Amino acid sequence: MSARNLSTASLSIARVPGVAIVLGALCATFGVMSPGFLTPANIANILTQSTILLLLALPMTLIIMTEGLDLSIGAVLTLASIALAVTVVATGSAPLGFLAALMVGFCFGLGNGVLIAVFDIPPFITTLGTLGIAQGLSLLVTDGQSVVGIPRSIEAIYSETVAGIPVPVVIGALAYAVTHGLLYHTRFGTYVFALGGNREALKVAGISVRGMLIRVYVFGGLMAGFAALLMTARLNSAHPTAGIGMEFDAIAAVAVGGTSFERGNGWLFGTLLGVIAVGVLRNGLNLLAVPSSAQVACIGAIVIIALFIDGQRGER
Amino acid sequence: MSSTPDVAVRSRLAPSRDVIQALYRLIAVALLCAALTALSDVFFTTNNILNVLRQTALLFLMASGLTLVILTAGLDLSVGANIALSACLAASVMKTTGSPLLGMATGIGCGAAVGFANGILVTALRIPSFIATYGMMWMLTGVTYYYMAGETIHGFPPGFRQLGSGYLLGVPMPVYIMMLFLFIGAFFAQRTVWGQQIYAIGANPVAARLSGVPVERRLVLVYAVSGAMAGLASLIILARINSAQGDIGEELTLPAIAAVLVGGTSLFGGSGTVAGTMIGALFLTLVLNGMNLLQIHSSWQPLVTGIIILLAVWIDNRTRRSDA
Repeated sequence: MSARNLSTASLSIARVPGVAIVLGALCATFGVMSPGFLTPANIANILTQSTILLLLALPMTLIIMTEGLDLSIGAVLTLASIALAVTVVATGSAPLGFLAALMVGFCFGLGNGVLIAVFDIPPFITTLGTLGIAQGLSLLVTDGQSVVGIPRSIEAIYSETVAGIPVPVVIGALAYAVTHGLLYHTRFGTYVFALGGNREALKVAGISVRGMLIRVYVFGGLMAGFAALLMTARLNSAHPTAGIGMEFDAIAAVAVGGTSFERGNGWLFGTLLGVIAVGVLRNGLNLLAVPSSAQVACIGAIVIIALFIDGQRGER
Repeated sequence: MSSTPDVAVRSRLAPSRDVIQALYRLIAVALLCAALTALSDVFFTTNNILNVLRQTALLFLMASGLTLVILTAGLDLSVGANIALSACLAASVMKTTGSPLLGMATGIGCGAAVGFANGILVTALRIPSFIATYGMMWMLTGVTYYYMAGETIHGFPPGFRQLGSGYLLGVPMPVYIMMLFLFIGAFFAQRTVWGQQIYAIGANPVAARLSGVPVERRLVLVYAVSGAMAGLASLIILARINSAQGDIGEELTLPAIAAVLVGGTSLFGGSGTVAGTMIGALFLTLVLNGMNLLQIHSSWQPLVTGIIILLAVWIDNRTRRSDA
């Protein structure tokens, strides 16, 4: 085991309580308050609904590890979903639609990466700008209306099961496995850790910092394209406001999961638990009939608590 | 002739970099006006000019507080959502008590309180400002929608409505308010110790702290001022459109940030002026007004604003690099 693995392992152990306690407390609270919460059907429901968020939170973890941020990922998800729906409705071909969604994600990821790495524009302002662009394009293409007429073959992606497991959960597990492999078992992953912790070392080693940063944002865009497939299948339509604010849930999940905004420390498994915590919170508040506007306030409060704990840890 | 004192004297006599930058921006505004006059018959009419000035005033009020935040190398993404909550609370208080003064105090007080909370998140909890204010934005939006539950509050006292729709000597009231705050803001930033400390924090927080600047307190002040200005802007909107609902002000955050950046304030802190922000607000308003007059669909607005933000930061990057 290398020194890096050792140190991340010990960090992981130090962080397990935080997000696990949040998750446990949420489950216990909702289990007591709402009888429908701790049923197998509802738990499967939570996991299925969390997959779209997981697909966004995984690359967001890597992006935040490079001391970056992607505020545009929700708007890119929306635009990709619209591209998918429009293409499928026009051509009748599901693979072409999926390709259109991936292309939108790739282009925005590449654009974000180039603006950040080559033009030196800070990530939060770059992605705020591209958020405006993606949102504007979504409204323009659809004229504010839903795109309907999605064929059954796409809808099935969300509702079918494989060996009793919902397809979205399978896709989520695959995405997690791929990201885990990328981050912990490839050179790319090592570079991602270095991008946040020690950029100088990368430069000295002759690695292109720009190239690596661009790859991280392209990964984010592509994952938003995959998520667009699931979202379109789930809603059975595409709507210009469907994914707005999803970036906030994704950032919340990463923050609750213990990835630091300042020191380049990331923990992918923490993000997974964070995604489930956000999913549990949304689901539990839904069961208690709390309006979605108030749910956002609850998620915001949890993020602030998580970041506060993160800040306290940094002082030690 | 090539001795050092001579160079120093000449550079003191030559117009400063800020003045030259401001001139470039005024030229851009003039070109935009010329283009719009050529493209649209309606642009150069009294009504439309007054309309542009009124809109500029509103954007400037939001952006002036935001300028102070960005001068400290921070960002306030919550201004639009803050306007929504402040406007709705002010409207509700005005409706129930019938007192415009109480309503105005509520609006500005709510804005300032939200800004204060932002300042606490950034200083005491050490959360990066763009994350803290982004989270705040969503929380405010949530609270506002929850509070309003889809309702609209409308119909305010005529005296209060003068604030947004009244005229004095043929000039809209908001323009006077803008000039007042342009003067106060420029005086505060350039001529007071606190203002200079804000520049110092943006230029180099460590050096500022070492030279005795109370960094945390100044940062909290800056966010509170930004919030209070959003509260004030919310009152102008209320007085103008005579109704309040949950999504009021939502689309104003991006243009306000763009106005500050186009006005020459650097995202990296320490350089920029409140007067520059007024030019930026005028520029942005002309762009959005021109798009309206040319009947370009409003869906283009976030797209164009996003591109303007990216261009402004890119140009700032280039000028900073050529200075270095």
